Amino acid sequence: MADISTDFLGIKSPNPFWLASAPPTDKLINVVRAFEAGWGGVVWKTLGAQVKNVSSRYSSVNYGGKRMMGFNNIELISDRPLDINLKEITQVVKMFPDRAMIVSLMADNDRKSWHELIMKCEDAGAMGFELNFGCPHGMTERGMGAAVGQDPEIAKMVVEWVMEKANIPVITKLTPNVHSVVPTARAAVEGGSNALSLINTIQSVTGVDLDTLVPNPYVAGKSVFGGYCGPAVKPIALKMLTTISQDPVTARVPISGIGGVSTWKDAAEFMLLGATSVQVCTAAMTHGFRIVEDMCEGLSNWMDEKGYQKTTDFIGKSVEKITHWEDLDINYHHIAKIDQDKCIHCGLCYIACEDTSHQSINIEKLIPHNNYTVKEEECVGCNLCKLVCPVNDCITMEEHRVAPEYINWKDWQKQGLPLNDH
Amino acid sequence: MAIKNNRITATEYQENFADIHPPFETQDAALLEANRCLFCYDPPCMKACPTSINVPKFIKQIATENTKGSAHTIFSSNIMGAGCSKVCPVEKLCEGSCVYNFMHEEPISIAKLQRYSTEKAIAEKWQLFERKPSTGKRVAIVGAGPAGLSCAHTLSREGIDVTIYEKESKGGGLMTYGIAAYKVTPEFCEDEVNYITSIGGITIKYNQELGKDITVEGLQQEYDAVYMAFGVGLARQLEIPGENLNGVVDAIKFIYELRTNSLSSIAVGDKVAVIGMGMTAIDAATQAKRLGAKDVTLVYRRTQDEMPCTEHELNIAKLDGCAIIWLASPKEVLGKEGKVTQLVCDVMKLGEPDASGRRSPVVSGETFTLDVDMVIKAAGQMPFEGLVNSNKMENNKGKIAVKDLTATNLKGVFAGGDCVNGGKEVVDAVQAGKDGAATILEYLN
Repeated sequence: MADISTDFLGIKSPNPFWLASAPPTDKLINVVRAFEAGWGGVVWKTLGAQVKNVSSRYSSVNYGGKRMMGFNNIELISDRPLDINLKEITQVVKMFPDRAMIVSLMADNDRKSWHELIMKCEDAGAMGFELNFGCPHGMTERGMGAAVGQDPEIAKMVVEWVMEKANIPVITKLTPNVHSVVPTARAAVEGGSNALSLINTIQSVTGVDLDTLVPNPYVAGKSVFGGYCGPAVKPIALKMLTTISQDPVTARVPISGIGGVSTWKDAAEFMLLGATSVQVCTAAMTHGFRIVEDMCEGLSNWMDEKGYQKTTDFIGKSVEKITHWEDLDINYHHIAKIDQDKCIHCGLCYIACEDTSHQSINIEKLIPHNNYTVKEEECVGCNLCKLVCPVNDCITMEEHRVAPEYINWKDWQKQGLPLNDH
Repeated sequence: MAIKNNRITATEYQENFADIHPPFETQDAALLEANRCLFCYDPPCMKACPTSINVPKFIKQIATENTKGSAHTIFSSNIMGAGCSKVCPVEKLCEGSCVYNFMHEEPISIAKLQRYSTEKAIAEKWQLFERKPSTGKRVAIVGAGPAGLSCAHTLSREGIDVTIYEKESKGGGLMTYGIAAYKVTPEFCEDEVNYITSIGGITIKYNQELGKDITVEGLQQEYDAVYMAFGVGLARQLEIPGENLNGVVDAIKFIYELRTNSLSSIAVGDKVAVIGMGMTAIDAATQAKRLGAKDVTLVYRRTQDEMPCTEHELNIAKLDGCAIIWLASPKEVLGKEGKVTQLVCDVMKLGEPDASGRRSPVVSGETFTLDVDMVIKAAGQMPFEGLVNSNKMENNKGKIAVKDLTATNLKGVFAGGDCVNGGKEVVDAVQAGKDGAATILEYLN
């Protein structure tokens, strides 16, 4: 059986599944329940100056009858007294010494505050730190959270303060509320950060109540932008992760992947794009901690099937497969094929192609079930029909290369090959 | 053995005649089902519906919580969409053609979703259609059944003033008088009629029978156009000895009595034979059983492959405990002291296909005898041939002959529904009413 244990800069955990710094990691009672359920580690909810939260903190986006496709919150960092948090951290570490105990930090913006907080947390038994440079609401107005992460110079300065004092690994958590995560990531690594994690939540409005006209979440007739997360943000997180995995400076440090991880498949994808561990929040908040069981079993079974003995056998394997558009092979061509035995005659491929794509599907109108076939000479291989088809493997894309040799856009232009094939 | 009423307790009557297809209990349940719909293009369900309801559109509207829009979509195609959601044989129409069937998955519960929107519309009295200003044109309709009401609503929307003449004391036609009570209640039928006429411009004159209280000529003189939608009604006779014995009843009358009186007052036998295997036969058999008959046996001269009812309906009868004898044709009803005691049947076998394309039953020579005290005849309904002939309407064995779907040989007189087609589903009659209205509007312009 595959070994899914993880070594993150010497911080060991029995699996790569950590709970992200968030409400599920705010208290001993939650964290103990998480560890009993089997989670590999936690990032304790951000510690810092004493704050006060509002009531009504979360809202979500449902889609097609499915709840919590996207989720947002306007919670601040931990609102519990620091000494209680520290005492509980010590207790939990004693109870579960084999699990990763990372503590998220967000001190006031001065060196002294950071140093004090670091010392207290190390004394409490933290195994690593995660610097919260990403919180998009509440703390930014006070010059913390995303306000730090959005300015590489400030981020670097704070990382340097931290590194002066910290004796345990330091992970810098990046905000996605920037045009690129790379500048701040580089600044953090140059400032000495031992690792990176991403993404924090994305600024958002999940919706507007059509009766009260107040956006969500509702707080006494008003709302604020909240941090968006959950399955909806996964593609954005994977893209940002890839930019970090591909950058020569930031690729030097390990990464903890965050953003919509809900299943072992999501985790495997984050790891293939460079994450050593993954952090989960929304999926646990939707279903409870029990989801970790299938995450472990699923990942382990997949690794067995693929012949990977340990996670490092596949971490980062997909990074080089994301290239520049201009390096893609222009001679590659594939064409949709509809399996007539599997087709249920719903017409979704037809109407999608006809209205919004390349008019490449024939319709044979019959009562009551029409037949649909691909006009091979018209099909550009865009994949849309396959994506909308409700039946697995009913529409497949068959390779029909234009020519056997690889040629990219740059060479195509150089050779003066025809651009317009319409 | 005896035919008697009041066989079961009040609670049993209530349970036995409760709604057979209960509605969604919550909006969440409806949304869950609505979200299963794939929203097919050129949807087979819509093509399978005689009134062409845009099914995926109304289901999508339930999913987006636009219930009013959903009801409007349904009623735009079928003003009796609420009733049809309860009585349509959906397993051979919309649900039968749902693409999920190809995946061996349960089809979308289209009828149940349709009921969700339309019942809400009726309960909330949503006025989803606006009647155009009156044109001053007046149309008479004979029969307040599905065809007549559908025609009336379409005409009224266009500003025509409509008067419906109905021989019964309530509207709805067979929906009110001829369908199993566990599918639609009299209260529902009344609400549906009131909802349809609430658009305005429609007057229903009850207890007005063609040939007795009104005449075709009279209507022709008084109105700009006339629409005949008086349906069918006479039960086909078995034409066998003993048919007039006490205890031989026709299914239409049996169901009519059941729909117009208290259930406990309806008498059934201990051992009941029902002749036929159409929807009416099933409705009669299941209801006889539910009224407390000990044994109910459906007797049909062909096999399951040729039966007119759907498999779904057959299963209702089977689950109710009705016995079924295939390839059996009544030969003679025997009795004592004027009362039915036995039914003698010919054992049949299938021969060559007949005009309907189904293999015709032929006598094998063997017979058998059932001990029965009641025989319900449900071997089909006959058109009002005498009425049609006496009014000089061209017809085909009593079914009014029409050109271009609705025009009769009489000037300004149109016809549709069961009186033309000999008896089909409610949903077919609704479509006939729409077609009739379209032709009448053209004629009036």
